[in-house]
Formats: sequence, C-alpha cells, structure tokens
Amino acid sequence: MTSPAPETQAILAVHGLEVVYSDVILVLRGVSLDVPRGAIVALLGANGAGKTTLLRAITGLLRVHRGAITKGTVQFDGSSITGLDPAAVVRKGMSQVMEGRRVFAELTVDENLKAGGFTRRDKAELRDSYDRVMTLFPKLQDRHKQTAGYLSGGEQQMLAIGRALMQSPRLLLLDEPSLGLAPLIVEQIREIVVDINSQGTSVLLVEQNATMALSIADYGYVMENGRVVKDGPGQELLNDKDIQEFYLGVGEAGRKSFRDVKTYRRRKRWSA
Amino acid sequence: MTDFLQLSFAGLALGALYALVALGFVIIYKATGVINFAQGGLVLLGGYLTYNVHHTWGVPFYLSIPVAMILCGMVGAAVERVVLRRMVGQPVFAVIMVTIGLLFVIEQVVTGTWGFNRLNMGDPWGIKKFTVGDVQLSVVNLWTIMLAALVMAGFFLFFRYSRLGVAMRATAFDQEAAIANGISARRVFALSWAIAGAVATLAGVMLASGGSGLSPEIEFVALLAFPAIILGGLDSPAGAVLGGVIIGLTQTLTAGYQPRYADWLGNGFSSVMPYVVMIVILLIRPYGLFGTKEVRRV
Repeated sequence: MTSPAPETQAILAVHGLEVVYSDVILVLRGVSLDVPRGAIVALLGANGAGKTTLLRAITGLLRVHRGAITKGTVQFDGSSITGLDPAAVVRKGMSQVMEGRRVFAELTVDENLKAGGFTRRDKAELRDSYDRVMTLFPKLQDRHKQTAGYLSGGEQQMLAIGRALMQSPRLLLLDEPSLGLAPLIVEQIREIVVDINSQGTSVLLVEQNATMALSIADYGYVMENGRVVKDGPGQELLNDKDIQEFYLGVGEAGRKSFRDVKTYRRRKRWSA
Repeated sequence: MTDFLQLSFAGLALGALYALVALGFVIIYKATGVINFAQGGLVLLGGYLTYNVHHTWGVPFYLSIPVAMILCGMVGAAVERVVLRRMVGQPVFAVIMVTIGLLFVIEQVVTGTWGFNRLNMGDPWGIKKFTVGDVQLSVVNLWTIMLAALVMAGFFLFFRYSRLGVAMRATAFDQEAAIANGISARRVFALSWAIAGAVATLAGVMLASGGSGLSPEIEFVALLAFPAIILGGLDSPAGAVLGGVIIGLTQTLTAGYQPRYADWLGNGFSSVMPYVVMIVILLIRPYGLFGTKEVRRV
C-alpha cells in the first residue's frame, strides 16, 4: 500500500479532530487519520503528543476525563460515531486495549474475559471467542483460574488483548502494548498483533516503540503537539532519516555531541 | 446447656437479621465503592412499604413482600439515578455525607407518611414457637435464618457466575477499564442500588415481624449491623453473613452470661461487646475476615 485508502474503504476515518480538556486546554489541533480495512496502522509520537487523547476521542472515553470534541468527525465503517458512548462504540465493533493493560486484577483470568464479553449475549459466539483467545494465548489457558493480578506483565498484556478480542472487534485499538515489557515479550506481542490482523481485524497501533510498530504497519502517522506531522507507508517511515534519528535512535555518525541538541530542536519541528 | 443453646439460637437469628442489612451495604460498596449510610433508611422504607401493600392494598402477606421488594428496589435505583450519579468522581467524603443526608430524608418521608406509632406488621408468624428438646425456637427466627442463607447463596452465585455480577466486580475494580470494555457503569450502579433496596425490604420485614411491630426505630439496626460489615469485610457477602452471626452471637451470649459472671462490667455491656470483638479482629485482619486483600505483585 502506498497511499492512504480512499475514505469509502477506510474502516476508521478521523477528520480535523479538535479536542479540549476542561473547556480550555486544546490537546488535539485538527487531527486526520485513516485506518484502511484490514490494515495495521501505526501511530507514533512522544509523550504528550496527544496519541491517547486521540484514542479517547475515538472510543468515547473523553467524557470520563472531562474532555470534549469541539471540531471534526470520527467515522467508523461509514457511519459517524462522533461523541457516542463507549458501550455503543464497542457494540459497533471497535475495541480498545488501554495503556497500562488495566486488567481487573482482583478477578480471575476467566472472569476478566467474561467481563470483556459483556456486550454480547450469544453464548455460542462467546464460547467461540473464548476458544479463539485461548488458542492465541496458550499461557492464559494454563492460568485461566488464577487471579489476574498475579500474572506477569506480559501475561497481563495478553489478557488485556484477549479481553478486547472477546468483543469480536473488526477494529482493534492498541495503546502502547509494549510498554514496560521485556524485548522477548515485545516480540511475542508483535507476532500476536500480526496474527490478529491476519484473522481479519484491522489494527490501530499506538506505540513509542517505533521499530516494533513500523516493522508490521502498512501505514504510519507521527504526532507532535496535537498534530499529525508526518505520515507514510510503514517501510518508508522506517527508512526516513528524521524518524530514524528521533524514534529509532540511529544517528548518522555515531553518538552526537551536545552541540547538536540545537539542531535536534530545530529539526524535530517538522510542522513548523 | 439449655441456656446456651437457647441463647445461641437467638444469637443466630439476630445475626441473620444483621446479615440481611449488611448484604445491602455490601452490594453497593462492591459495585460503586460507596459506603451507603442510607441503607438503614431503605430497611425502614422496605418495612413500611410491605405494611402498606399488605394492609392498605389488601395483598396477601407472602405476596406483599416481593411486591414491596420491587417497589423499594425501584426507589433505590431512583435515588442512585437522581442523587448519587451526580456524585460520581467526587470525593468519597462528600458521597458519604450525601448518603447520610438521604437517611434523614427517607426517615422524614416515612414518619410523615405512616406516622410514629408502632404498627402491626400482620405477619402470620407472630410469637409462634415450637420446642425441640428443651429449646424453644420461634418461627420468625427460623424464617430469618433461612432467608439470610438464601440471599447469601444468591449473592454468591450472582457475583461468581452471572454476567452482570462479574461486570459489577469489574466496574468496582476499575471503572474506566470497565467502561472501555463496553460495560455500562450507569446500569451497574442503578442495579446495585435496586438490589440493595430489595434486600433491605426483607430485613425490614423480618425486623418488624414476630410480634416486635413496625416502628421508625428499626432503622437503628443498620448501625448495629455496621460492626458486622466491617468485621466480615466490606466487599464480601459471605463475610457479611459470618460477621452478622458473630456479632449476633456475641451480643446474646454476653447478654445471657455477663450479668452472672462479670457483673462488674455493668448493665447493657452486651451492646458494647460487638465493637470490642470488631476492634480485636480488625487489629489482626485490617481488611476484615473475608475482605479482598489488595492484589499486588511483588
């Protein structure tokens, strides 16, 4: 894929989104982004760039944080979901794995998955989803009666993903699934995301681990200060000099001296 | 020995009463994290609603209880919808004060509607007793014990296996994550208040049955049930029942034996004893006998 798919094909289309918190703090300044059907799209950016806010605006969790969409639209599968409440968004087929895993630590693995499937009533379908999660994460199978809080970080991340999969989503939003995990586990998570995608779920992957995200993404966006400052096919971004320098830590000629910090500042403002 | 059995049975029945009140506290705390001081008000209202359905509307007694449970459940849900929902995200202290305020409001509404006089519940049990060996068991006590056991079993099954029960626990643990997973926190909150109202009705009816009569005083039992809840652990239905029984037994056994063996402690020490037991147990297990220990990986 070389360019973002036309709007009609996108499973998720965000247009000119502006978000304020507490009526005054402008966090998103006109963000547009498309997730084509069946694709993995990576969203990169430093802390505070507005990635999580964008996800909240999409899933309807903004209200919990006293935020509101002041401009722009969010379309899911052709229909507007701007400002819809989270349960309705989940029912439409979009699920999210929140930053920091957020498993229900006092519940067992099975109970977490049951809570994940709350929006669905069909017992047979739920059983199918449960089996799918267990096939995807054999480790959870071994520990399905254990209290989730005692799982390892990687297992908790798997449980958080599994919990979202219980909603049988057509689009999965992942907020920093690699956060705080060992490289080996990050690699596993990466493979799982590819697996899930190959089974027909589109993925929007928010990451600070740009290498991991871009290595599997069809398309990528880079956010800074509440704006999208760069976008392009995953491979193209991976080879981009700026991205390499600022997100992958690959310098042109080894370690930089402090003199170059100024250049860094200047060059990092792509949008300016 | 007969004395002991007699006192134990009375303690068990009293404990079951406490347990019914405590279960209402537990479900609201479990789902919303709020200690609902208005639970005593719901107990009072439930009792009077049953009276009203039975006497004023002429519904048979056994049918009037479920009808009143539904009504009181609706009142609970309405209170949540109108008052408590606005308090979501506010400091715990403010929420607690609001529930205390609600207690006074409900009390005024009840006494304003039905007056202060002691009313006859009209239950078929009255002061009927039957004798096993040398011990006399009153019918109303047996019913209380049975109902408490039934409600506890129901709670256990509900929280362990039902979709809504698990969703409630999930919401209690992490509201935002629950919402993100499509669980409607609003419905969970409303439902927990509805269930608390229904259980409170049972407690109110049993308190006013067996010849003791219905009067505004029964709301004070909610305060006596408090050591039971703290003791059992705020978020455990089994704990609420066990805590209730311990407090009930402590109270009747102290009342029975203390004047004989430790008279120097003075009159009415039996109402102090539950708190002594509570303090001792809390020193050993700060989260109560059955409360959820905070899950933390080391």
